[in-house]
Amino acid sequence: MSAVPIRSRLWRAFHQLGSPPYVYRLAGRLAPWLGTMSCVLLAVGAFWGLVLAPPDYLQGDSFRIIYIHVPSAYLSMGGYVLMAVAAAIGYIWRMKLAHGVAVCVAPLGAWFTALALITGGIWGKPTWGTYWEWGDARLMFELLLLFLFIGYMVLRMSFDERDKADRVSALLAVVGVVNVPIIHYSVEWWTTLHQGPTLIREGGPSITMDMLIPLLIMLAGFSLFFGWLLCKRLQGEILRRESRTRWVRNLAAEAAA
Amino acid sequence: MTPRRQRMVLVALVAAGVILSAGLALRAFQENLLYFFTPTQVAAGEAPDGRAYHLGGMVLPESIQRDPGSLTVNFIVTDYVHTMPVTYSGVLPDLFAEDQGVVARGRPDANGLFVADEILAKHDENYMPPEIAEALAQAEQGEAP
Repeated sequence: MSAVPIRSRLWRAFHQLGSPPYVYRLAGRLAPWLGTMSCVLLAVGAFWGLVLAPPDYLQGDSFRIIYIHVPSAYLSMGGYVLMAVAAAIGYIWRMKLAHGVAVCVAPLGAWFTALALITGGIWGKPTWGTYWEWGDARLMFELLLLFLFIGYMVLRMSFDERDKADRVSALLAVVGVVNVPIIHYSVEWWTTLHQGPTLIREGGPSITMDMLIPLLIMLAGFSLFFGWLLCKRLQGEILRRESRTRWVRNLAAEAAA
Repeated sequence: MTPRRQRMVLVALVAAGVILSAGLALRAFQENLLYFFTPTQVAAGEAPDGRAYHLGGMVLPESIQRDPGSLTVNFIVTDYVHTMPVTYSGVLPDLFAEDQGVVARGRPDANGLFVADEILAKHDENYMPPEIAEALAQAEQGEAP
């Protein structure tokens, strides 16, 4: 242990996270670990959930879509919060790298939102008797989340200057974050076709252990997979933003040699 | 105030304003955000008059009556306080059963019979293997006289 006080070490870490070359290398070092770990967890979780876990007493095997649907829905909301926090940090501290993180999260979040909506529909047909119900608050606000992600990306496209796009789109990201708690509580505030929460509820999860463990493994696997994609995208985004700097030119020269 | 401080306050104000207006808007549209009405709400006259709406609740045990010659089925929806009889002609979802959640879309006729044109099954948040469901059912039967 060094003699440097913990406070100044944390402060240094925060400043390093604002340094593009440092974060570029950090993402490059993290990516292979996240990629390997997520593939292992997804393989184990999928086999456990789809083969070893027992069928549901009522839904039979169709409940197994939970192992894709719940992690997707969780990442759609978690991804939005991450995007909004990164955009807010970028806006307040004028930290370009934080805007870069928000830019990288947006398409990932949109895809996981779409996946949650699609898997929900596929499950809804055999369970409810319909793919989609207009008027169900949970479904409506999750669809709104998809539009917020797409809106963020489209809004950025309408600006020629990246700095301006960063500033304006950050405000949209912050405004939209109010939707996340609404999605979570929609099934409690209003009557909905969608059932109440199974995992995060009073009295603990209402799912038996042999079904819950593979779900937790899939949640961890999806999260690391998200982190892996984010690292790869962030590296690309940093190179795009820093393409005129000396360190990127040196990097390109090294790669060419 | 430093510019950074100003931006921080701006973001905080935007967030607070959005939360406030979203809260007010959701409160104003409270009834439109309800997907279904329970028999108790219907009895209290909260359901819309003259247009179709969703009626939700549990299917009362031993209330399902199938018409042998057609697809017509009659059953009673309950929220354990009030009940409402429902009639429906058509294909039922697989999970439609006694003591299970159900959502019916339609409107009541002059006699208070809810004429449904669509039946959806509502699932609850409980997941368990068949053996445990059986054991729970047996335990419940053991308790009953």
